[in-house]
Amino acid sequence: MIRKNFSKNIDWATVFIYLLLVLIGWISIYSSVHDETHQSVFDFGHRYGKQMVWIIAAFLLALVSISVDTRFFYVFSYLFYALSILLLIAVLFLGIEVNSSKSWFNLGFFQIQPSEFAKLSTSLVLARFLSTHGDKINNNRNLLKMGGLIFLPIILILLQPDVGSATVFLAFFLALFREGLSPKIILAMFMALGLFVLALLLDELILILIILAGGALAYWALSRSTKSLITALLIFGGILVSLWVANDLLSLQIKTEYLLLIAAGISALPFTAVSLLYRLKYIIPVLLITGGAILYTQSVDYIFDNVLQPHHQTRINTILGIESDPLGEGYNINQSKIAIGSGGLTGKGFLQGTQTRFNFVPEQSTDFIFCTIGEEWGFLGSSFIIILFVIFLLRILYLAERQRSVFSRVFGYSLLSVIFYHFAINIGMTIGIVPVVGLPLPFVSYGGSSLWSYTLILFIFLKMDAGRTTVMK
Amino acid sequence: MELYSERKYIIGAVIIITALVFLAKLFSLQIMDPSYKLSASSNALRHVTQYPSRGLIYDRNMELIVSNKPSYDIMVTPNQLSDFDTTEFCNILDISREYLEKKLAEAKDYSRFRSSAFLKQVSAETYAVLQEKLYKFPGFYVQPRTLRNYHRDIAAHVLGYVGEIDERSLNNDNEYSMGDYIGVTGIERSYEKELKGEKGVNVLMVDVHGQTKGPYQEGRYDVSPTVGSDLVTTIDANLQEYGEKLMENKTGSIVAIEPATGEILSMVSTPTYDPSLLVGRERSANYRKLDTDTLNPLFNRAIMANYPPGSAFKIMNGLVGLHENIVSPDNQLYCPGSYTVGSLTIRCRHHKSPVNIVEAIQYSCNTYFSDLYRKILDHPQYGSVTNGFNVWRDHVTSFGLGDRLNSDFPNEQRGDVPETSYFDRFYGENRWRSLQVVSLGVGQGELSATPLQMANMTAAIANRGYYYTPHIVKEIKNGDSISEDFTSKNHTTIDSTWFEYIIEGMEGVVNGPEGGTGRMAEMQSITICGKTGTVQNPHGENHSVFVAFAPKEDPRIAITVYVENAGYGATWAAPIASLMIEKYMTGEVNRHWLENHILNADFINQ
Repeated sequence: MIRKNFSKNIDWATVFIYLLLVLIGWISIYSSVHDETHQSVFDFGHRYGKQMVWIIAAFLLALVSISVDTRFFYVFSYLFYALSILLLIAVLFLGIEVNSSKSWFNLGFFQIQPSEFAKLSTSLVLARFLSTHGDKINNNRNLLKMGGLIFLPIILILLQPDVGSATVFLAFFLALFREGLSPKIILAMFMALGLFVLALLLDELILILIILAGGALAYWALSRSTKSLITALLIFGGILVSLWVANDLLSLQIKTEYLLLIAAGISALPFTAVSLLYRLKYIIPVLLITGGAILYTQSVDYIFDNVLQPHHQTRINTILGIESDPLGEGYNINQSKIAIGSGGLTGKGFLQGTQTRFNFVPEQSTDFIFCTIGEEWGFLGSSFIIILFVIFLLRILYLAERQRSVFSRVFGYSLLSVIFYHFAINIGMTIGIVPVVGLPLPFVSYGGSSLWSYTLILFIFLKMDAGRTTVMK
Repeated sequence: MELYSERKYIIGAVIIITALVFLAKLFSLQIMDPSYKLSASSNALRHVTQYPSRGLIYDRNMELIVSNKPSYDIMVTPNQLSDFDTTEFCNILDISREYLEKKLAEAKDYSRFRSSAFLKQVSAETYAVLQEKLYKFPGFYVQPRTLRNYHRDIAAHVLGYVGEIDERSLNNDNEYSMGDYIGVTGIERSYEKELKGEKGVNVLMVDVHGQTKGPYQEGRYDVSPTVGSDLVTTIDANLQEYGEKLMENKTGSIVAIEPATGEILSMVSTPTYDPSLLVGRERSANYRKLDTDTLNPLFNRAIMANYPPGSAFKIMNGLVGLHENIVSPDNQLYCPGSYTVGSLTIRCRHHKSPVNIVEAIQYSCNTYFSDLYRKILDHPQYGSVTNGFNVWRDHVTSFGLGDRLNSDFPNEQRGDVPETSYFDRFYGENRWRSLQVVSLGVGQGELSATPLQMANMTAAIANRGYYYTPHIVKEIKNGDSISEDFTSKNHTTIDSTWFEYIIEGMEGVVNGPEGGTGRMAEMQSITICGKTGTVQNPHGENHSVFVAFAPKEDPRIAITVYVENAGYGATWAAPIASLMIEKYMTGEVNRHWLENHILNADFINQ
């Protein structure tokens, strides 16, 4: 009875796209490591043989996750979260080191990545949290709690260090946005990212000038008073000139950047006083944001040099065009673009890709699997994959929206956010518009750990969807 | 609850916009942009490694001794092969059909898509013929390499040789890839970093027939190779050659050092081999032959053979005795022709008696030095034999004996100056007396040193109390200066005043009016100071040893000669050292009778 209901209620369209993606992935892996001398599809010495095993195991996991009652995940969501945090701490001590980061537990015949499990448990815990506090999402306390839930795994994963996986958790803000998170917070995050890039790209002096100009412009836009803007500029200019002269006469040798900052700081004082006197709302926020932006850009260099690993620095530099390294990191991106570009409209055909199979493209069965598709199936094939992902994501969006409980809706959006983030970053990096951060293409790339975790999250959600009529909360 | 429901449209829009950006980029990459599309006829890139030439090696007078010559490897990429005229191919390369089939199978086994070496080190002539017809043989291409070219058949052990990198080094160092050459021994190994240079790469477009279609993107991704740094060695090529000639048909070693700098003027180890044997296609066959030779020509005796120093060590013990005030230069000892205590007898030769320390060295008196050694160990000022032994050992090791000198040679041996713990194990703690170790007094027993260590000890005596760590490279062209370890003085623990007595004795050895043991080394024009040694060899005839330096004042050369199984030090090692000194100091040798005496001696084929 239940089984019958279930098969009627499950969203077969999503399952179909899922199966299609997995199949395309396996074919591409087969092609990227294919060698005429090895014929058997079940050769476990080869990645396509191993991937076959991961796929079968993923199907079993899917069966298991749809047979578990949704309430189980609701009730134990905090426990799961605590458990995954413990695993993230444990892996720092007990994990094995691969490519100089400790992200994996070695369980003998296979290895698991606790950060994958953390994606599931963080999705659950956010869903659970919002199901009770959803109406007051922009309340400072709640913001702080949700921020904590998201940033705790991020920090632990950064310690491994695995910058790529850590950034995935930022995708949850997309789910929070749907639940009503203030756009200002999203905007602030994008501004921070934009300033980060600008700080690396631009000369310090020019950057400070831009931020100060931005601050002045914001002030003008808010106050609509050209007169007061001119006053402000005159005060600022006067202080700057006198500082300049003083610096020159006393040969203090203060850098121009600092002169600008000191002048801006001094001229901000009377405005603060005026705003306090006349209770003008906009002056203080403008000053604070401008000041914050300057402080932030000043610390970017520090973060860049001390927090990021050298290969991430090079990748970011290569994308931003600061550093040209055609045989190093840039070589990978360039080879990836050549492989995709050489595919043309219809591609070279199955098993006919030369770029990917000559090992010009690194990691062609994991992070760069999209190259094989682009080269062998051309623009038609790569567009097909992209459209398939769009349909898949929009389908999940549709399913999430039709949920009756906040818990399952947020969980659905979390699934959507994580898959979307991987999709955007992975394809973005293979075509050279995003830095290479080493994230797989969900369901398609080689590897058991990521395939299992997305399968698990997807089918838990499909189970929720199947039972959406039996309202939970 | 549905307050923010409209935001689903924003999220949907973000997804669609991202996809549209991707589609636009893919459209430009795959359809619009021709620069990423390789033309239909060239669908692959070939990365041709540009091998740098190794640095050149000069002798101390800037004579070129090692350079490079071009060589060509024929490479094959199995999946680009198509039918070709195998008979013609085999004829051009002078290979058999079996070889062709075997190598092609191996290459396919390695990888169908990656190229591997088909035939290595083909001559320039063969290359010229093949190059013209290469278009007939798709899948094959030529990889230029360089090989070592030796201008003189000398110093094989010093220079060492270059070989293909082995699996283990390959895994430890990602600067190298399969088939790269790496220094295996000698200078080639210790200065590998300086000599090797940096590899470059040419990225070429290749069509389906394996033909190159010119550089990819006008060579934007090409990297030109950087040649290795040239080395100026401390070796005097003429002296080296002369030393090897003198040592022909003899087993042993000569090491000559410039005392003022620690520079190794020559380092001979015989039997030796022609360094060109270990280059080119015959390399492995020749290597096997040398490796299985019972005389072990690949073994660098100068730094790897641990010989007992024999009587040459008496000068060392004399210095310790004087410095520790165990004897004064005036003390005389009567020598009855042997040193006898109880059942132990160390025989001495017949000489003038009594002797002071200068004469004891001149006559190499066993009695004097056995007595002196026991006096050092038993002296009450140290409290125990163990303490006395340690005082002696500290002095000895300050001359660089008993441990690696850390010269710029790989595989240097430590030699052996035993520690008290050795005798403690052997006899039991505090259960051994000076009498049990008395043979150390005459340089026999549990004592050994490499010829390099002995030459260094001699240099320290020539310098009256200090030495520079011996080294073989004096300058790296366009590179770092040589290690500071080679340009700073190592002081011995002996006061410089005591050296004069020992040196006077050494002068007597060679020039003494009567009874000097090394008279065959005497030269009219130059005062040579030396000490003979005859090392008892349980396996056969004694080894002949001579250590010397010259001239007495401002010494320019310190030398050690070991001739295995030759008998007395006086007879063979001393004249060889003397001829080497003459050759180095005057540039030519005039004592032809002595030279012929040495050249005619054969201790191998006798």
